[in-house]
Amino acid sequence: MSETPKSSRQKQKFEHALGSSDSNVAQFDHKHRSLFDTVQHFLHGNPTMVPVIVLIFSIIIFGFVAGPKFFSPFNLSLIMQQVSIIGILAAAQSLVILTAGIDLSVGAIMVLMSVIMGQLAVTLGVPAPLAIFAGFIGGIAAGAMNGFLVTRIKLPPFIVTLGTWNIFFALNLWLSGAQSIRSQTLDEIAPLLKFFGESIAIGSARVTYGSILMLVIFAVLWYILNHTSWGRHVYAIGDDKEAAELSGIRTNRTLITVYGLAGLVCAIGAWASIGRVGSVSPQSFQEANLQSITAVVIGGISLFGGRGSIIGPLIGALIVGVFNSGLRLAGVDVLWQVFAIGWLTIIAVAIDQWIRKVSS
Amino acid sequence: MKKALLGAALGALALGMAAVPNAAKADEIGACLITKTDINPFFVKMKEGATAASVANGINLSTYAGKVDGDHETQVQAIESCIASGAKGILLTASDTKAIVPVVKKARDAGLIVIALDTPLEPIDSADATFATDNFKAGELIGQWAAAKLGDKAADAKIALLDLTPSAPSVDVLRDQGFMKGFGIDIKDPNKIGDEDDDRIVGHDVTNGNEEGGREAMENLMQRDPDINVVYTINEPAAAGAYEALKSFGMEEGVLIVSVDGGCPGVLNVQDGVIGATSQQYPLDMAYKGIEAIKNWAETGEKPATTEGLNFYDTGVNLVTDQPVDGVPSISVEEGMNRCWG
Repeated sequence: MSETPKSSRQKQKFEHALGSSDSNVAQFDHKHRSLFDTVQHFLHGNPTMVPVIVLIFSIIIFGFVAGPKFFSPFNLSLIMQQVSIIGILAAAQSLVILTAGIDLSVGAIMVLMSVIMGQLAVTLGVPAPLAIFAGFIGGIAAGAMNGFLVTRIKLPPFIVTLGTWNIFFALNLWLSGAQSIRSQTLDEIAPLLKFFGESIAIGSARVTYGSILMLVIFAVLWYILNHTSWGRHVYAIGDDKEAAELSGIRTNRTLITVYGLAGLVCAIGAWASIGRVGSVSPQSFQEANLQSITAVVIGGISLFGGRGSIIGPLIGALIVGVFNSGLRLAGVDVLWQVFAIGWLTIIAVAIDQWIRKVSS
Repeated sequence: MKKALLGAALGALALGMAAVPNAAKADEIGACLITKTDINPFFVKMKEGATAASVANGINLSTYAGKVDGDHETQVQAIESCIASGAKGILLTASDTKAIVPVVKKARDAGLIVIALDTPLEPIDSADATFATDNFKAGELIGQWAAAKLGDKAADAKIALLDLTPSAPSVDVLRDQGFMKGFGIDIKDPNKIGDEDDDRIVGHDVTNGNEEGGREAMENLMQRDPDINVVYTINEPAAAGAYEALKSFGMEEGVLIVSVDGGCPGVLNVQDGVIGATSQQYPLDMAYKGIEAIKNWAETGEKPATTEGLNFYDTGVNLVTDQPVDGVPSISVEEGMNRCWG
């Protein structure tokens, strides 16, 4: 605001005071971010860091609270085993949530497909590989049905999958007669169905094939989501469907494949669940859909779509497993475990909201 | 003309009403069966019993069920529909034994007889009668069997108890406490799980009564003490899950698993050595006798009596095992198979 004598226009008298005033009042300040802001910015760029930090801290804390038993390789491998099924479902759930959708039917698809595999192999005597394959096809069909209703009939994913959850649940009970297929029967007729229950002993740790399968599924999905155009489309649709469509992405087609792939992952989970449970149990995993959403949310994938890494839900599932195991070893009652997971979920979403508010 | 039309309309309406199967005819006794779910083989058997008794006695039966175990809302609606239908009585297996009491009272105030099947209401006299397995005795039998089987070693047994849900419904408490009493543990308050301080108890965990829950609960308790050698389970699916967990640790030999129910897969598991002994209950009898009681009440106004020494009518329980022990009456696996449900 220095004086320019050659100015075409003479300054008016009342403006003279401006020269001595502070000219920095309306400047953007990039240099002096508070620590809080820095953290917020960092997390905005790396949303998976929240669950990773929580996981590390909870492992350390429970190591102290629950004692050395918690850190035993045996216990750590057991946690992996116990979260493997919910982890696989969380992977399926993440795909859908990344598109700003939600899939309440993942657990029901999984149990239904395990029943189909079991009934085909045991009751109808279909060779086990074929029964498993039929389950996979069924999973894709069930998922694609969700996708079709969401994209073609244009119903909200919440409503569609709320409906199909009930439909698949009813079919499951009808096909199974609510009766489990016993472990001994499976051993006799279709031992392949129990494949993922087998384990490799590494020292005192027992790593089941099911836990390894979970890791493989996450790795494959991570690759697909980050290194294929389909994967980038999924993020684009979740971020802004209209914009994605305008940039030439066939959003409806992609969405149907997202739900279909989620269905396939659930069906793979179905095979793994038979190994984990030891029998085909139509009454198991009734809360699996909600547990999978919990894992996804704690894993830092935004329920509003388009943001978060697929690795997050794996960490999320492990956090839930670590909490349950740690609280149990510390002798805490079941209901307080449920209580803790409830708070964890709310805090996770609160953190997500806070990160989203970041100013650029 | 208008009147004629109106008359015709009313006539058609009356005809229509007559065609509705559930609208009870004036001389027909209506009854309702409300179960926790309609897919659990236990309740399927119950429905079978109720249907057979209704056919035999000329009762007009309507059946209702919750979607899953614990679905309280649907049961409330079922009782309300049942009152509205003009039925004489309700057979009920309540999902929430305390919360259902007010609506049961509404039904009784409306002149219906309410008989609780399998699961007593809390308090038990909220229903006119209860036809059930003596769940405490069912637990006691397997407790006695396990203690007798171990002999001297019972004194330093390591016991895991796999219960149903964190809310601990009465059946959960009765079986759990009955088992401990039968095993020779001081149960202190028989209405409370977990107030015992016997060193032989490794711990309690919940299973939701299915294989997945049974496996996880067993894994959890093995973490506390890998030397567990007696496992009590709330039902046979939980027992099958517990066995899988033990097998994955390579510790299935030398562990006694006991259970309650007597479903066909459970009895087969006794035969295969997965379960040592199980207490078998008889859902078909409960419902059959329940329908007969409703008929009797509708005709004579007499309420069913209770079994002597108990505050409900005991429909019987038998220990099924292929390893009988002295002093504990039991039936063979063959007989158990003949009378199993599911």
